[in-house]
Amino acid sequence: MCALSELATGRDAKVTALRADHDFAQRLHALGVRIGRSVRIVRRGPLNGPLQLRIGTTDIMLRRAEAALIDTDAATYA
Amino acid sequence: MKRIALLGMPNCGKSSLFNRVTGASARIGNWPGITVDLMRARLLLGGQMVEMVDLPGIYDLNGYTDDERVVRDFLGTQPVDLLVMVVNAAQADRQLRLFLQARTLGVPIVVLFNMADEARRLGIGIDPAAFTAHTGAAAFSLSAKFGDGVPDALAHIGRTLASSAPTQARFDALAGADLEHALDHLTRQCIDTPITLSASHTDTIDRVALHPLLGPLVFIAAMALVFNAVFLLGAPLQEGIGAVFDGLRDHALEPLLAPLPAWASGFLIEGIYAGLSTVATFVPLIVLFFFLMALVEDSGYLSRAAFLMDAFMSRLGLDGRSFVMLVMGFGCNVPALMGTRIMRARPLRLLSMLIIPLSLCSARLQVFLFIGAAVFPAVWAPWALLSLYLFSIAAAVLTAWLFRKRFASREPFALELPPYRLPTPRHVLLRGWHEVRHFAHRASRFIVAGVALVWLLTHLPVGVDAAGTASWAGQIGGWLEPLLRPIGIDVQLTLALLFGFVAKEVMIGAMAVIFGQETGTLGDTLAQHMSIAQAYSFMLFTLLYTPCLSTLATLKSESRSWRFTTLAVAWPLALAWGVAWVAYTGLSALTG
Repeated sequence: MCALSELATGRDAKVTALRADHDFAQRLHALGVRIGRSVRIVRRGPLNGPLQLRIGTTDIMLRRAEAALIDTDAATYA
Repeated sequence: MKRIALLGMPNCGKSSLFNRVTGASARIGNWPGITVDLMRARLLLGGQMVEMVDLPGIYDLNGYTDDERVVRDFLGTQPVDLLVMVVNAAQADRQLRLFLQARTLGVPIVVLFNMADEARRLGIGIDPAAFTAHTGAAAFSLSAKFGDGVPDALAHIGRTLASSAPTQARFDALAGADLEHALDHLTRQCIDTPITLSASHTDTIDRVALHPLLGPLVFIAAMALVFNAVFLLGAPLQEGIGAVFDGLRDHALEPLLAPLPAWASGFLIEGIYAGLSTVATFVPLIVLFFFLMALVEDSGYLSRAAFLMDAFMSRLGLDGRSFVMLVMGFGCNVPALMGTRIMRARPLRLLSMLIIPLSLCSARLQVFLFIGAAVFPAVWAPWALLSLYLFSIAAAVLTAWLFRKRFASREPFALELPPYRLPTPRHVLLRGWHEVRHFAHRASRFIVAGVALVWLLTHLPVGVDAAGTASWAGQIGGWLEPLLRPIGIDVQLTLALLFGFVAKEVMIGAMAVIFGQETGTLGDTLAQHMSIAQAYSFMLFTLLYTPCLSTLATLKSESRSWRFTTLAVAWPLALAWGVAWVAYTGLSALTG
């Protein structure tokens, strides 16, 4: 169990919890970030920049501060 | 009249479909949320006239952005016969969430799985028959970009409309809709997704385009390429058009107008015709610039720029989207200002709106292309132009940094990185054509009036030397001169700036009138009139000072605040003077 922002680049993990407020959780849902979905960090932006995430076939970018609000579990894929 | 509304998420190709079906050329941006105004069109479907409305692309019917509210307000107040839901087939696994919301509204729905070609390349299979069996909604696979499958879908829509009745959406069931389970279920039933995608071209390009060091270099190289191509290809075209206009004047217009009194033929030829023909020579440059920008924009590259720049922009109190809007502002500030509606936090939006007018729009580009070509040696001209773009970005950065505390905000930044797309010639041509038409439209309103006004101000009261110190224009220039002399801007150039306040498109035409020159010779006159230091200072001032009237009107209408609008005028004016002073003083010392 670790925050998405701490997940190793290139490793798949399942989203286990969203600790975001209502509005942001809605936006994440719309972008495909939902509990139970598999997510992977494709790359980390330079200079503490945003993360490039892959959920299914969709790529999104998300700042590290916001990614810290998403809990993931990489164990099932280990 | 029957009415259908297009509903879909950003990047589902809704605008492409709208353009293909209606033949109009609404702007197509491979960028979430660029469609802000409601586009309408009438078309013949199944033997009846139908009104088609293109709703803004939204993620969520329950959301709180301006666009989401617009869609809810529209559907809640305007009865529609049919909701046409456009889904990006390559992302159906998440875009169908909006369908699950929309079907609770009680309005008949047809689902169009767009970009079927792209989905097929990614190995994603959609089964419209299974979808219909599962949901009861008719579904079609198509490609709005290439037109495959569009006639079938339209024929079905036409048949459906023959027996439809206008329905107003009801929102009572929306909040309680089961989305997550239903979405998983639906996805399993009718979408066949490969578990791991083959290493696609997008990933390969992204390894370079999003590389920490190569990425920014690629961005600067791409922009430099665009500007050099505009110069290289545009200059001969520009000369050709100038020669045609001069020939028309010498052989047709002058003999034709000879019977008129001198003041009247002077007004028509030296005033209106000289101004208009100067402006007309810019059309090839504008066309080229927008063709190239359409290539960059439609390819999906702009979101990569947002990714690269977000770390930097966040230190300025902005985010990657602000940077992209700044780049969009290179085309025209007005749509870029309107594009900030995708930002929810008002301070973030205002700060973005404060910096967008500093971006070098196509109207200013004309002025710089002309002066650059006229005054600078040919090898320097593209680099002088590139430096102006860098100044434009630097001014925006400085402004954001200075005002970041006043407009502090905290908005989560979550944005899609769409796969790269190969823009079709049709798209690029439509975009270029749309921009030229837009330019010509503004030209007909602003430029003719502007040029006529300049001629009158420079030739009245009756009997004065054209643009002399005794003319009305000379007097206004005289009042402002003490203010602008320290930055190397004399009376005539002050006048050009004055008219540039209305619209930058007017400036070159105004200069033709002010200097009493014809299209072909204005450049030579300017080269003799201005030193390089003066020319550069003038260009910097033009770059940064008050945006045109249209931008000003947009700033006011979007911010709904006179205080903010005043700030957005006063600050760039002060900045323009300061920067031009430094450049003029420095360059004068260097070039002796």
